[in-house]
Amino acid sequence: MTTTRLTSGPAPASPDGAPRRGTLPGRTRKQQFRRQFSKENITKILFVVPAALYIVLFFGYPVVKNVVMSLQDYTTKTFFTGEAPWVGIQNYVTVITSNLFWPSLTNTALFTIGSILGQFVIGLALAAFFKRRFPLNNFLRSMLLLPWLLPLIVASATWRSILDQDSGILNRFLGTLGLDAIPWLTDPSVALTAVILVNIWVGIPFNVTILYGGLQDIPDELYEAGALDGAIGWKAFRHITWPNLRPVVSVVLLLGVVYTLKVLDIILGLTNGGPANATQTLAIRSYQESFVNFEFGVGAAFSNILILISLLFAIIYLRANRRQVDE
Amino acid sequence: MKKRQLTTLLAIAAITPLALTACSGGGAQTGGDPDTLTILDYYNNEPDKTLIQAALDTCAEELDVTIERETVPGKDLIQKVLQRSSSKTLPDVLMLDNPDLQEIAATGGLAPLSDYDVDTSGFADGILEAATYEDEVYGLAPTVNTLGLFYNETLLAEAGIEPPTTWDELKTAAAALTTGDQYGLAFSAIATYEGSWQFLPFMWTNGGDETDLNTPEVAEALQLWVDLVDSGSASKSVLNWSQADVKDQFVAGNAAMMINGPWQIPGLAETPDVKWGTVQVPVNDESQTPIAPLGGEVWTVPVTGDDEKQAKAASFVECISSDDNQLELATERYTVPTKTELAGEYVEAVPTMEAFTEQVANARSRTGQLGEEWPEAATVIYTAIQLALTGQASVEDAFEQAAAG
Repeated sequence: MTTTRLTSGPAPASPDGAPRRGTLPGRTRKQQFRRQFSKENITKILFVVPAALYIVLFFGYPVVKNVVMSLQDYTTKTFFTGEAPWVGIQNYVTVITSNLFWPSLTNTALFTIGSILGQFVIGLALAAFFKRRFPLNNFLRSMLLLPWLLPLIVASATWRSILDQDSGILNRFLGTLGLDAIPWLTDPSVALTAVILVNIWVGIPFNVTILYGGLQDIPDELYEAGALDGAIGWKAFRHITWPNLRPVVSVVLLLGVVYTLKVLDIILGLTNGGPANATQTLAIRSYQESFVNFEFGVGAAFSNILILISLLFAIIYLRANRRQVDE
Repeated sequence: MKKRQLTTLLAIAAITPLALTACSGGGAQTGGDPDTLTILDYYNNEPDKTLIQAALDTCAEELDVTIERETVPGKDLIQKVLQRSSSKTLPDVLMLDNPDLQEIAATGGLAPLSDYDVDTSGFADGILEAATYEDEVYGLAPTVNTLGLFYNETLLAEAGIEPPTTWDELKTAAAALTTGDQYGLAFSAIATYEGSWQFLPFMWTNGGDETDLNTPEVAEALQLWVDLVDSGSASKSVLNWSQADVKDQFVAGNAAMMINGPWQIPGLAETPDVKWGTVQVPVNDESQTPIAPLGGEVWTVPVTGDDEKQAKAASFVECISSDDNQLELATERYTVPTKTELAGEYVEAVPTMEAFTEQVANARSRTGQLGEEWPEAATVIYTAIQLALTGQASVEDAFEQAAAG
């Protein structure tokens, strides 16, 4: 409610303001209007200034700096001498012509799609499950947040030992079931799947939390009314839950995509891009170029490509959202 | 009430960054005191942290200066150095991992030690090579480390096997020691510089060289690793093991032998029931001399602009590498003194370090040939190892394929 009042400009004039305005003589009225208007304007600007400053300082500057950096030969020397020769699009050429670019782009896509799909489906199922009332519901739901609370570097170190081929607990368990040991992190054809599985585990709490919140907002009356018309179970989900959840779903998916594209710590902790580059993604490439090879220009070029991809999804989301509002 | 709380919160949020900048500003100013030297290193874990502190305190007393020491985690050091160089707040004395020295020296951020008449004679060639950029020595290391072969005495004695000295013996011994859950050998072939570092003793001993990786000598060394993994004498997990993981496998009895360095000895001492010994890394042909890479940290003098202080810092660096300090640090930290004449005295005091001390005498530095280009070669090496061990490329093609990436 507050938002509508803030955005609808002249409306907040006091209830008795409108009739008085009509009775006043032209000049004073104009003056008063101007004064009121400008005061309001200043207030408005004051509201915007902190946010604008923040955005310029903490988002604008880094983004611009990153773009500039990607057009320079920015190396360790630059930090001492301050000199970064301008190289135009050379860094982008290096990035795109490198043998690892297309594989890492494909891996980024597979990693993102796989993770989002897994997180979302499991997250939605769990959210729907927790919507029912049963004992220990709250307790279990808060336990579910655990993966989210663990520092990612701790989580990935733990998973690395779980997934170890010989002594890992997962393969030991599979062994008791009579299954062969799976080379989770040491076989190039399995490693990406293993990394995706761990990332799904990390992402489930986020999906459950947001989707559960969305489910809580759907009024029970709708289900009661639907039940009278025979919409129960799967039908209720299809015709009541899903349409009402759509705005939440699009937010979850967009944020999920943006978060997943830039995942770094989990892959670094699990495989460091190996085995044999099987888990290289754009984020890993960017990190390694910048902080392992100290080619900050090339690293910046990689991260700009990543930002562009994220931006693409943000635009798709905004357009989809606007269409919804128009409807 | 609520509104006031919000205002307070906002005020705090607004002030915090100011307070933080004030702190960092203060930190930079203390560098102005002429008798205080600021020091930056990455020995942030015990027992190294305390042991190094003792050496630094000794030198501070000797030179009559006070020191302000900052330790950061190893992986953050270079970032920290770069940050502080761009804000012109470099420490007076800086520790660097030896393969990073040339990269930093190339930026012009370090002062050559010859400017301050620091005596660099008597040091092992390998470590001077690592600390030299364009004919000037930029740093000194009190002690160094390298790689060797650790073996589990109990397991080898039970199987009646002597510690291997050649590749053939290594393969036979590893195969014989592989039973049930226990592998014969563990090493690290991880996709980081650690993997490249572990491969170097095999590559160099066999006559391979990082300036040209597409040679039969290098391929032969890689073939040895492939054979060990393919035959099941070493776990496939070597692809994902760091050297610390390798040590854990060895301690847990999952591996009868391992390639590792003396910095693991304090960790091994925590499990006294695991009896171990060390020999030099096996050679391909008995006529070869084992050549291992040189590890360890060098102390340097960054260019801070204050010439008087830089001179003081140079004396400090010289002091850290004095004979007494070398022996003390070497004994406590299981590292090898860099002055060759101290070797005899040292081995007498710490007999367990005999194999490593011999190994250091012939050790090479990673950056001796390629200098700043070394990181690229190191990336090619670990990528090639991973390609070959996963069967993505033959040992002959692996390096070429890795170099193309």
